[in-house]
Amino acid sequence: MPDGHATAAAAAHPHHHPALQHHFDTLEQQKEASSFGMWVFLVTEIMFFGGLFCAYLIYRGMRYEGFAEASHELDVVLGTVNTAVLIGSSLTMAMAVWAAQTGRRKATVGFLLATGALGLTFLGIKLVEYAEKFHHHHVPGESFHWAGRFPDVAEQFYSLYFAMTGLHAIHMILGIAVLIWLLVPAWRGRFDAAYHNPVEIFGLYWHFVDIVWIFLFPLLYLIGRH
Amino acid sequence: MSLHVVTPKTYVWIFLALMVGTALTVAAAFVDLGAATGFSALNDIVMLAIAVTKAVLVVLFFMHVKYSGRLTALTIVSALVFFALLAGGVLVDYLSRGMVPGHM
Repeated sequence: MPDGHATAAAAAHPHHHPALQHHFDTLEQQKEASSFGMWVFLVTEIMFFGGLFCAYLIYRGMRYEGFAEASHELDVVLGTVNTAVLIGSSLTMAMAVWAAQTGRRKATVGFLLATGALGLTFLGIKLVEYAEKFHHHHVPGESFHWAGRFPDVAEQFYSLYFAMTGLHAIHMILGIAVLIWLLVPAWRGRFDAAYHNPVEIFGLYWHFVDIVWIFLFPLLYLIGRH
Repeated sequence: MSLHVVTPKTYVWIFLALMVGTALTVAAAFVDLGAATGFSALNDIVMLAIAVTKAVLVVLFFMHVKYSGRLTALTIVSALVFFALLAGGVLVDYLSRGMVPGHM
């Protein structure tokens, strides 16, 4: 009898916050549970990306020269700009959490929109880079062509490049989808000092995706550049 | 644990530190640190050290772990230890191949 239970809970706590679920005692307990849940999910994400990083590490160690040659075809300027764009989006995301915590409705919406716009900018630049790779036949497969000394290693490097940056980009796209979904309660002013869990835990996810890129950038773009 | 609101000022400082870190990473890639010191892997080590520092700043401040309970810290540390065990096991396998004569 969920209705009976809710009524009983409402009777026991007549002035409870509308966002408090009946199976939690306090909003604080609810917030800790949701944050912890997101962290446990991020642990699985570390393992998910970790497998790719591990594969990268082994083959880079075994075929360093070929990896360096392949890496030099990536655009350092675009990579650096994208790193800055993503760090900027982490700042606006952190500011969205602050705005939600302090009950600033319009600022919450604004910072979420800015985060989404920077996320789309990142994906746009990534698209330019991918298009260039298709144009130069640097995409692994039938039409792969490499003019350098290590075509086999280069093809393997670009397999890892597309797998790692592709998985990262999928995380960005899903993140932007969740962000759009978050705009509705943000616009309706559902978040305040007592309840802002959705913004908080979405922020955890967004910052995690930023951290993955912080490692991808030097590992993929900056091998043996000197 | 009461609500700890991190101020915009802190966020902006962390953002600036992350941008400086990014600039240092790119600079470290183009300067031959190995030639100056005789240690060829130094460039990679410096770049990864900066990446780890940036990640720690994001985790502590943007992700509020500095102000969260021990459970969160324990969760992250256990994930990193477990990943190190798995990756370490794989690396021990690959790096030791060919060490025993006559065996791949």
